[in-house]
Amino acid sequence: MYIIVVGAGKVGYYLSRNLLEEGHEVLLIEKDAKKVERMTEELGSVIVLGDAAEATTLNNAGAARADVIIAVTGEDEDNLVVCQIAKQKFRVGRSVARVSNPRNEKVFRLLGIDVIVSQTSYIMNLIEQSIPDQSFVHLLNLRYADLAIVEARIDHDSVVAHQSIGEIKLPVDCVIAAIGRGAHVTIPTGATELLPGDDVIAVTRSDQEDELRRLLCTVC
Amino acid sequence: MGCGRVGARIATILAKNGHDVTIIDVEGEAFRRLPPTFAGRTVIGTGIDEAVLRSAGIDEADAFIAVSGKDNRNIMATQLVALLFEVDERICRITDPVREETYRRMGMTTVCPTTTVSAVIIDKVIDLDGSVPTRLAATLADAS
Repeated sequence: MYIIVVGAGKVGYYLSRNLLEEGHEVLLIEKDAKKVERMTEELGSVIVLGDAAEATTLNNAGAARADVIIAVTGEDEDNLVVCQIAKQKFRVGRSVARVSNPRNEKVFRLLGIDVIVSQTSYIMNLIEQSIPDQSFVHLLNLRYADLAIVEARIDHDSVVAHQSIGEIKLPVDCVIAAIGRGAHVTIPTGATELLPGDDVIAVTRSDQEDELRRLLCTVC
Repeated sequence: MGCGRVGARIATILAKNGHDVTIIDVEGEAFRRLPPTFAGRTVIGTGIDEAVLRSAGIDEADAFIAVSGKDNRNIMATQLVALLFEVDERICRITDPVREETYRRMGMTTVCPTTTVSAVIIDKVIDLDGSVPTRLAATLADAS
């Protein structure tokens, strides 16, 4: 595949190197001359100087035959415009943009960006998961379906402890997909009883997440 | 959005004409360009943030003007406003003529200072003695 990467910060640099190792044709575009100079020694003709939001730069980069454009500069607005120009003017099939402000995830999606990587959300989630005794953790958003995967720890005095899954009145469009008990993970049936200390993995419609949180984390 | 020379001037004139104006800029320093008599409101923040736009009163706005010094920021802010709010008039300044044309084709109301100012200057040069200087004529032919 021919892949254009925009922004030679840490993300752009390592990403380009990985893609090259995987055998792809890569062109890295960076507008800071100093960075380009520094990296040219290692990357050679893979890195070029230019503002990828300018059509001339993308044209010289051969954007018309690119399969993917990946914009990973530190500025959300630059990533958006680069992807939009690549799609609109050069018909690049797939656009990937990095967003720093998690709120821009939704906006970018609505504006036609194919894949949005919100590093802030990823890092926040990772940190949340590693905080001990967090009783309810958001693990993942399934973007097309508007679903979320969450993890909840069943407390000793939780109202749902010692109830079978069939007895629990879960919000609509919400299922308990797995239960982690000690070292074992089981896929529950309606008869499976929730025990204190269980880690429950549930799939839920995003707007039901709060209701599920209240249900699973309320203590008597 | 954007309290540079253009933004400050637009805000000042509109406020003087009795309009209810709020001006946003990422740098509080920028508001020094406004006259002490400026009757509008100032908000520090970036126009590409929903919360900042809201605090600037975008929900009640009839018009949004993006004239910050950065093309891409203007473009993103204008699209954000179009997408999330109901503002009748949205005007976006884009200095890069190619980018301006791309977004105009996508339906955005745009203003390109580069082409506008160039045209004005060229007109003046041409008018000097009623004839088109040869070198300029060549440039014009190149551009068209």
